[in-house]
Amino acid sequence: MVEVTLWSGLRAFAGGHETVEVEAKNVGEVLKGLVAAYPGLQPAIDAGVSVAVDGRVIANSLTEPVRPDSEVYLLQRLKGG
Amino acid sequence: MSLDDVKTSNFKFVGTSPDRPDGVDKVTGRARFGADAQAPGMLYAAIVRSPHAHARILGIDSSKAEALKGVKAIVTRADFAEGLEGENWNILENVMAGDTALYDGHAVAAVAATSALIARDAVKLIEVDYEVLPHVTDVDEAMAPGAPIIRAGTADASVPEGMHPNVVRYHESGHGDVEAGFKEADLIVEDHFKTEATHQGYIEPHACLAQLGGDGKGELWCCTQGHWNVQKICAALLGLETSQLRVTASEIGGGFGGKTTVFIEPVALALSRKTSRPVKLVMSRSEVFRATGPTSSASMDIRIGMKKDGTITAAQGTFRLQGGAFPGAPMEFTAMCAFACYDLKHVQQIGYDVLANRPKQAAYRAPGSPMAAFAVESVIDELCNQLGLDPIDTRLKNAACEGTKASYGPRYPRIGLVETLEAAKAHPHYSAPLKPGQGRGISCGFWFNFGGETSVTLALSEDGTVQIAVGTPDIGGSRASMALMAAEELGIPYENIRCTIADTASLGYNEVSHGSRVTYASGLATIQAARDAKRKLCARAAAKWGIPEDAVKWEDGCALPAGPNAGKFPPMPIHEITAEMGATGGPISGHYEATPEGAGVSFATHIVDAEVDAETGKTSVSRYTVVQDAGKAIHPAYVEGQYQGGAAQGIGWALNEEYIYGADGRLQNSGFLDYRIPVASDLPMIDTVIVEVPNPGHPFGVRGVGETSICPPLAAIANAVSAAAGVRLRELPMSPPRILAALDAQADG
Repeated sequence: MVEVTLWSGLRAFAGGHETVEVEAKNVGEVLKGLVAAYPGLQPAIDAGVSVAVDGRVIANSLTEPVRPDSEVYLLQRLKGG
Repeated sequence: MSLDDVKTSNFKFVGTSPDRPDGVDKVTGRARFGADAQAPGMLYAAIVRSPHAHARILGIDSSKAEALKGVKAIVTRADFAEGLEGENWNILENVMAGDTALYDGHAVAAVAATSALIARDAVKLIEVDYEVLPHVTDVDEAMAPGAPIIRAGTADASVPEGMHPNVVRYHESGHGDVEAGFKEADLIVEDHFKTEATHQGYIEPHACLAQLGGDGKGELWCCTQGHWNVQKICAALLGLETSQLRVTASEIGGGFGGKTTVFIEPVALALSRKTSRPVKLVMSRSEVFRATGPTSSASMDIRIGMKKDGTITAAQGTFRLQGGAFPGAPMEFTAMCAFACYDLKHVQQIGYDVLANRPKQAAYRAPGSPMAAFAVESVIDELCNQLGLDPIDTRLKNAACEGTKASYGPRYPRIGLVETLEAAKAHPHYSAPLKPGQGRGISCGFWFNFGGETSVTLALSEDGTVQIAVGTPDIGGSRASMALMAAEELGIPYENIRCTIADTASLGYNEVSHGSRVTYASGLATIQAARDAKRKLCARAAAKWGIPEDAVKWEDGCALPAGPNAGKFPPMPIHEITAEMGATGGPISGHYEATPEGAGVSFATHIVDAEVDAETGKTSVSRYTVVQDAGKAIHPAYVEGQYQGGAAQGIGWALNEEYIYGADGRLQNSGFLDYRIPVASDLPMIDTVIVEVPNPGHPFGVRGVGETSICPPLAAIANAVSAAAGVRLRELPMSPPRILAALDAQADG
C-alpha cells in the first residue's frame, strides 16, 4: 500500500481524510486507487493534477513507478508562462 | 537519474556564450515574425469588439458591412463548433462571444476584406444591439455580497458553500497547526496587500495567416509559444481533424506566457474557411491590451509569527485572484509558492479564483508566484525591521534545503536557495553604503519549473554538420542552448550545428514553451537524440573496422576503438562516416520522444536599492542585483539576459504598470503611452550572479531559468521603496500617486 497525501481542500471529498492508502505501483494506479476509494475525488483529478513522488513532481507520466515507502503527494497540475 | 549520472564539470562547449544564431536575422530584418507572413490572394481581417464591460448581445446586423465593396465574409459565434466542454469551451467563449459580452474588448464578430482598411471600415458598419448589464472589475468587489453575477453555475465542487457565485475555484493546503505556531511567536505581523493586473508587454502583437479549405485541410502561420497547442485548440474550436491542420510557428517577438493560448487564430481560420482564401489577422496594440490575457490582479492577507531570534513559527496566507470572466486565475500557484522558500512547521495557504469583467488572464512568467512573494516577503521584511534582524540572516535561518517539507507538501530534493542567499550576502552590493534617501530591499522567490511532452530529431548531413529540429518556439535563446548541448555531446563545433523550430507535421507532439521547460526538456531530448546518433555513428565505424559495436566509443567528434583489445584503428571523424552513410546503411539521425519528469525547482534572491522623491512620488531603482540558481548555465549570456529581463519586468510591475478601469468598466490605458513599461532610462545596470546547484533530473544539471527571475522583484523593490520612503507600501504599482498618498497618510498619523 502507498500512502497518498491530498491537499487540504480535498479532504471534503475524501471522508475528511488528508491521507489515503491505495494499492499502486505507478502514478496511474495511484490516481485510479484514489477515485476507487473516494469517487468524489474524480472531478478534481479530471481537472488536472500532478503527483509528487519522493520530491519529484510528476506532471504527466502515469507510468512513473511508486514504491510502498514512497512519499506521495497529490498536487494541482503545474503549468507556467 | 541520480546526481552521479549528471555531468557537472569538464565541459568544452556548455558554459560558453557564442554568438546567438538568430542575431543577424533580427538585426537585418530578415527574421520573419507573425505579421510578415504573406500568401497569394490574401484577405485581411478585423474584429468587432464590445464597448461594454458586460452586456447581453441581442442581435448583430451585418448587412451594411456585407454591402461594402471588398468585404468577403463575416463570422460570428455561429461559425464555430458547438458542444464544446471544459477549457475548450472557455477558450471559444473568449475568442468569440456567445450571447454575452463579458469584458470591454470582447470579440463579437469579425470581417475579412480585400484590404486592412476596408476590413476596419466594415467593422464600424456592423451594428450590435447590446443590453448593458451591471459589471465588476475589482477582485474584492467581485466576491462581495450583491456583486453582479458574471457566469452563474461556473463554480466547481471545491468552492465552499455560501461563497458568491463569482468565486469559481477554491484551494487550501499546508501542514501543522498554525494557531499553535502563532502561540510560540514573539511577534506576529498581519497585513493586507493588493497587486493590479499587468500585461506581459511583448513587443510583437499577435499575428497570424490562416488558410483553410472546405475539405478541412489547413495551414496556419502564427507567433506562438506552442504551435501543437494552437493546432489542438483550433481543431477543436473549428471541428477539424487535428492532423489536417499544419501549424508553423514564426519568429516570436516576446511571449512571457501570453502566447501560450489562442486569441485570433481560430477567427482567421473561420474567415478563411468561409472565403476559401488565405486570411491575415494582426492585432493592434490596443487590442492586445484589451483582449489578450494580462496576469491576474490579487488581494492577499498574510500573517506570519516569528521568535526574537528570527525563527518563523507559523505562516498563513489568503490569496484572492481574479482572472477575468473565466476560471483559471493561478491562485493555487500563488498559494503553493507563497511560503515555498521556508522550512515551516506550521503553514496554511488558501486561494480563491474569482471572476470579474476583464479579459481572460493568461500566464505571465511564473504565474501567481510574484504577487505571493510581494505579500509574504514584505511581511518578513517588516518582522525583521521590528525585531532588529538582518534580512538575509533571517532568511538563511528559515531557508528550505534538501529534505525540507515544502509548504505545498513534498520534501525537496537538492535545491539551491541557501546558496543564493549566501552569494547575495557575499556580494559587494549587500554591504555597500546607502546614500541619504535610499533604501535597500531583499527578497527571495520560488518557482516549480516543468517538463512536458517533448520530441526532438537530430539529422546528420553528409559533410558532418548537424540539423536539430525541436518543437519548442525559441523565446529565450533556446536554439543556441540546444546547439551547445548537441556540440558537447557530439564533440563537434557549435558553429557546425543549426537548430530550427519544426512545424507540427515534422515532429511528434511538443508541449508549449512555458514553465521554464525548454532548456530542461528540449535540452534533455537533444542530448538523448545526440546519444542516439552517436550509437549509430559508432555502429557504422564498427562495421567498417569489422569489430563489435560495443568495441567502439565516441570522443571529440570521432569514433575510436574503445580499448586496446578492440584493435588499432585511427580515429574516424564524423564527416568521414556521414560522407558515405548513404552506402553504409542509409541516412543517420538521432531521435528522442518522451515526457521528462525531472524538472528541478529553482530559487532566487534579489537585492535592490531605491530612492523616492518625496515631492513628486517618483521612485528610482539605483542598483539591482539578481542571484539565481540555474542548475547549470548552458549559455551564460542568455541566462544573464533571463535574469535581467525578469528584474526589468518586475520593476515595471512594481512601480508603474497597471490595468486602469473606469467606472464604466472600460480599460482606460490600452496603449504604451498610458500603460508605462520601463524603458532603458528607467533601469539601472542589473548585476547578475549565476549559482549552479545541479538538478539531478537533467544530464547536465539544468534547471529552468526563465520564470524564477520575476518572483522576487516586486517584494525586493517594495521593501527598498518602503525603507526609502519610511512607510510600508502595500499596493502595487507603487506609482507616484500611491507613494504620495502613503506619505500623506503617514504624515497625518
